[in-house]
Amino acid sequence: MIASDAKRGIVRDAVGIGIATGAYAVSFGAISVTAGLSIAQTCALSLLMFTGASQFAFAGVIAAAGSPWAGAAAAMLLGTRNALYGLRLTTLLEVSGVRRLLAAQLVIDETTAMAIARDKPAQSRFAFYATGVAIFSLWNLGTLAGAIATHALPDPKVLGFDAAPPAAFLALLAPRLRAREPLAIALAAALVALVLLPVVPAGVPLLVVAGLVVLYGLRRGSG
Amino acid sequence: MTWAALLVAAAACYAMKLAGLSLPHRMLQDPRVQRTVPLLPVALLAALIATQTFSSGGRLVLDVRAAALAVAGVAVILRAPFLVVVVAGAATAALLRLAF
Repeated sequence: MIASDAKRGIVRDAVGIGIATGAYAVSFGAISVTAGLSIAQTCALSLLMFTGASQFAFAGVIAAAGSPWAGAAAAMLLGTRNALYGLRLTTLLEVSGVRRLLAAQLVIDETTAMAIARDKPAQSRFAFYATGVAIFSLWNLGTLAGAIATHALPDPKVLGFDAAPPAAFLALLAPRLRAREPLAIALAAALVALVLLPVVPAGVPLLVVAGLVVLYGLRRGSG
Repeated sequence: MTWAALLVAAAACYAMKLAGLSLPHRMLQDPRVQRTVPLLPVALLAALIATQTFSSGGRLVLDVRAAALAVAGVAVILRAPFLVVVVAGAATAALLRLAF
């Protein structure tokens, strides 16, 4: 059982996060349509992929005239962290069968953060679903609004949204740079990608950077 | 082809979420995996920022997008909300293109 005031607090937080991510989804819709994806493709990304950084990466690579498969690879690599979130959530959620299939789609940064912030399992579960449903609804609504509004413009590039993906990536990256190691890794990754860029096909620098960071992580972890 | 890549990527992203809820714990609890996976978004986002700001058609270039990124950086340092960071970057590019 959850006390009703605890429940109210959780719902209030969930709706707050939902509104904030809904606004963020409007910018995704705008960036994705400016990149050249259709309204249907933009909405399919939010419904089916439903993990912000991966969606921005997919649209960003297409905006930079990269292959859709390079975009897909970047999106998948960015999605790996959700597996670790799921790992932290299994003991809290205790889901199986169809419920697990549905709960899985809601495993993202925000729902994980809200669930593990609670100290009672019942509250964690409630926070996970409340946040998940609020974000899923407003994320898809915001995406549709941003996509339709941008599609109605004669030339969305006039608003500069073609230059916006790096700003979006920076906003996603900044909270992960609170220590020296990730900061050094970010700078090294940027440098390696720029050095490779003129000599390899589009999208390959991202894969090389991903490979190098995996090698680095595995070596450090074993030593 | 865009649809095919989109659907494959979405399926892979879903599979990763489901794997976290389904795989035996020891597979993902390996300390090397725990250390490495959080580093992936850091490296990939940084590489995406660099390549999309300073390149055009496979060549290195310096244009209004660098200024847009710098303004977005200031917004991030000032702890502006996500939408403000994105709009600040876009508006910078739009205004500079109007001006030059």
